[in-house]
Amino acid sequence: MATRISRSRPWAVVALGGAATLLAAACGSGSGSGSGNSASAPGITATTVTIGSTQPLTGPAALGYSEIAPASKAYFQYVNAHGGVNGRSINYIYLDDGYVPSNTPTQTRKLVLQDNVYAIFSALGTPTHLAVVNYLNSAKVPDVLVSSGCNCWNNVSQYPYTFGFQPDYTIEGKILGQYIKQTYPGMKVGYFAQGPNDEFGTDGIAGLNDQLQGSGVTVLSPPQYYPPTAAGAAAVKSAIATLQLQGAQVIAAFSVPLFTAIAEATAAALNYHPIFVVSNVGSDPPTLTKILTGGALGVTLPAALITGMVSDAYEPVVSDSSNPWVQLFKSIKNQYAPSLPWDGNVFYGMNQAYTFVQALKAAGQNPSRDDLVHAIQNSHWRGPGLVPFGFSSSSHLGLLGVQIDKTNADGSQTTMGPVYTTDDTSSGAITQYTGTPATPPSNGIPSD
Amino acid sequence: MRAFLIYTVDGVTNGMVYAAVALALVMIWRATRIINYAQGAMAMFTTYIAFFVIEHGTPFWLGFVIALAAGLALGAVTERVLVRPVESRPALSAVILTLGLLIFLEALAPMLFGAQVQSFPAPFSRIDLTAGGTQLYFSRFDIFTVGSVLCVMVLLFVLFQRTTIGLRMRAAAFNPEIARILGIRVGRMLTLGWALAALLGALAGLLAAPVLFLYPTNMDEVLVFGFTGAIIGGLESPVGAVVGALGVGLALSYVSGFLGSDLAPLGSLLILMAVLMIRPRGLFGMTRQRQV
Amino acid sequence: MSALADDTDDESLGSALRRSTLLRHGVFFVALAAVLLVATYLVSPFHDYEIAGVAIYTIAAAGLTVLTGANGQISLGHGALMMIGAYTTSVLLQWRPGLPMIVTLLGAVVSTGLAGSIIGVAGARLRGPYLAGATLALAVALPQIPLHFAGVFGGNQGLNVASPTAPAALGADFPNERWLAWLCLAAALVTLFLLANLLSSSVGRRLRTVRDNEVAARLAGVDVARTQVLAFVISAVCAGLAGALFAYWVSITSPTGFTLTLSLQLLTAVVIGGLGSLTGAVWGSIILIYLPVLTGDLASNLSLSSDVANNVPLAIYGVVLVVAMLVFPRGLQGALVSLARQLARVIRMRGTVLPAVPSAPEQ
Repeated sequence: MATRISRSRPWAVVALGGAATLLAAACGSGSGSGSGNSASAPGITATTVTIGSTQPLTGPAALGYSEIAPASKAYFQYVNAHGGVNGRSINYIYLDDGYVPSNTPTQTRKLVLQDNVYAIFSALGTPTHLAVVNYLNSAKVPDVLVSSGCNCWNNVSQYPYTFGFQPDYTIEGKILGQYIKQTYPGMKVGYFAQGPNDEFGTDGIAGLNDQLQGSGVTVLSPPQYYPPTAAGAAAVKSAIATLQLQGAQVIAAFSVPLFTAIAEATAAALNYHPIFVVSNVGSDPPTLTKILTGGALGVTLPAALITGMVSDAYEPVVSDSSNPWVQLFKSIKNQYAPSLPWDGNVFYGMNQAYTFVQALKAAGQNPSRDDLVHAIQNSHWRGPGLVPFGFSSSSHLGLLGVQIDKTNADGSQTTMGPVYTTDDTSSGAITQYTGTPATPPSNGIPSD
Repeated sequence: MRAFLIYTVDGVTNGMVYAAVALALVMIWRATRIINYAQGAMAMFTTYIAFFVIEHGTPFWLGFVIALAAGLALGAVTERVLVRPVESRPALSAVILTLGLLIFLEALAPMLFGAQVQSFPAPFSRIDLTAGGTQLYFSRFDIFTVGSVLCVMVLLFVLFQRTTIGLRMRAAAFNPEIARILGIRVGRMLTLGWALAALLGALAGLLAAPVLFLYPTNMDEVLVFGFTGAIIGGLESPVGAVVGALGVGLALSYVSGFLGSDLAPLGSLLILMAVLMIRPRGLFGMTRQRQV
Repeated sequence: MSALADDTDDESLGSALRRSTLLRHGVFFVALAAVLLVATYLVSPFHDYEIAGVAIYTIAAAGLTVLTGANGQISLGHGALMMIGAYTTSVLLQWRPGLPMIVTLLGAVVSTGLAGSIIGVAGARLRGPYLAGATLALAVALPQIPLHFAGVFGGNQGLNVASPTAPAALGADFPNERWLAWLCLAAALVTLFLLANLLSSSVGRRLRTVRDNEVAARLAGVDVARTQVLAFVISAVCAGLAGALFAYWVSITSPTGFTLTLSLQLLTAVVIGGLGSLTGAVWGSIILIYLPVLTGDLASNLSLSSDVANNVPLAIYGVVLVVAMLVFPRGLQGALVSLARQLARVIRMRGTVLPAVPSAPEQ
């Protein structure tokens, strides 16, 4: 009801949302506007939808990533305070797996078997989620918007219930590679990546190679790696020093933020100033700026180290305070999760939550689990993402492309050039995306 | 050749940080026959204390000294409150106790200071020096790292070898019964030993943080490699600890540089096993086995 | 619920293990198996899954109990041995996907037995912290091998393992989690049965003699080094079996699943459960599985900021370890034994007869 009014009279929905909140408060958790609601699936009652997630809340991967789930939760709280989805409030349970793959199966089964969740949402990490993706699909539990850029989530025949979210690392690699060959022709390009034999690094490098091999830039070999297991930090100096000795003018990096920071600081310490081209995962400027401007190099580097760093984004840059999505999410963060910092991780968590609300609304008044899957497959909705999702009945690929951006002296970013879309095959062309960006609905909650 | 130089300097500076941890482990081992697995976590925690006070306006060097003092206090309290009761118990009790302390401190730090990576300032420039246009492969901070660890080592040597209190501490560690008969307050000496070791650890934490950045588990690998170095050198020998730790630092740096970063821990395992197979009590350890 | 049922029986397990007849052990384990079988029906599939986890950790912890508790050798690297078992199973399944579980488990037992004998031979020369340091380095270094040789081991992504499905004969609604719990419990019971008999045999006496006094053991004609290697092999075989089941349990084998933390957890479980008794290994495994659940629930029920709430379980685990060593140096099992003794004394003093303390194990 509320959403129908919103199309014509935005102010009305605010009033109505407020009234609904009051009503919900007055009646306890009771029947806000849930008339006609039934317990249509596990995790769904007349008044609630329970969803779950596994996240690295402790351990090294918690640095930064532990903000994502609280950010999603803040958005759900906002939606709940404004009447919920189809009269149901969203109850979001996220459990810690410490980014250890052997912890994830227990926590996921707790969510599915004990907490009886409707769907798994935003589960984070490639090795961790690979440990449960078979289980979730054999149990027919929707496994939506996985927080990882592995192309493994797009496997409709084997994993019909699993959906990706962000562009996979090969898509990122291809578009970054295209930028490098167009912008730095004839230069020497070195790779710095998580690995060897880690899909984040490997897939990213595959995308880069797709564009760079035989293109006029010189790709240095072998790629330099830091291991994702032990003694990673001790390995960075030799990796960067090797690239310096080889004369790399551009370093294309598929690394997590901590290791991007260590790599950039190490390069500076070596009096080495290559152009860093960093994948989205490792390039969140607020995170990097905070890490690198604290004097860790012992000298004040004006304009910090990350000035001029090239990266890619599939979401609006968080420093762009004129962007309506940034305004919306920042104000929700300030109200519902004031202790969180304002950075790309928080935006990411809210973006996922927004997308999930879209999916839940599209799944219908009393959805089954399969209804959610069908709703996502048939979706054409737009949200904060710069490009559309690749969802269809034959593809569960998430966002299909990125835009290149450059980091400025103050840590803000400037986008450069058009938004590109592509797929993760080597034959898939990179095409310019010409659609207009979506604007948020006035009440901040997706309409049907 | 240039690569070799870079890897060598990197190996030595990392090795000095490992050496500080290794020496701290050896001091505690000699005093109380306990391996302090929480050494790295304690260093991480005191570095967070420095970070916190510096963030709140304390001058850097005062924060530095506060961290060292905090290390001293944390070491003393740990020995007096936690370790003393288990000293007479089987060795495993102390192992589990220090592991418990390690886990607790790594959980407490993000509770108090947040779960984000922090930048800990370096007191001197980390940018490599140049001399007449040629790049040298070390920075002022590298000099400070090597120099400060060496300096503390010399001070400790003087303390142990040239002062009465050092003599008492050695006596208390070597033979507590006789030391007690001689009127030495053995308990106090052991507490002091732990405190000084933790101070050394705190220094390692302050030196590692600008390079590794500051987060709750940032000292884990430093502890592992410091411990490996101490074992290679022989737990009875402070000189051995330093030599072993430098060796580990260099080995890790060369293996990562020339063979591949993912093989570095395997390299350190192989060296450790090779040394232990020839000398089961480390390079500088006593050849005669105590048990036999 | 099931945990409670297990616990009371493990109490009598402790006492029965101390009486050394094969028959008693047999009767006891058959009875225990029957009780556990019923228990798996009474609880939800999720709890069955947790029980499977307890059984797996129990196998590894029981092996470590033989090594550390009975033989006095420390290992900070048992996670690495579990990794060898898990990868053996996973590589075998990669090669022949339909291979029966018994074959892959045997394969894991053989490969970790071999690895254990190599480590054991090296370890027999080492004492105390030197052995700790060597095994610690092993725990850190070994996961680099599958990471490096991705062709065989799948790199960081690891190898998927199909989790066992219940046979059709058990009915269509039979949960796979219960089937998994049966398999793991069966393996755990067989392991505990064998180890209990081993520890009460002459081999067990030799292990303990070497632990208590190497010189005396030598004088008594015991080959110290060989006994130590034997202890390592037994312990490694258990870790390998546990690792193989672990692969089925988590349905993926990857390097980051076998961090140093796993090795340290095993050792802490053995010690806070009660070093030296197999019952202690069971207690330790129960603590490993259920303490994070309890503390996680506690943390989420308090309204704390996320940085605090996220770390409450770890902080509590650390405090439990420290307090346990200060207050219950002989672990939970030791504490329960002395509690039972005190109760018995109080009861005797009062001259009342209470039937409620049947399981005060005699030392």
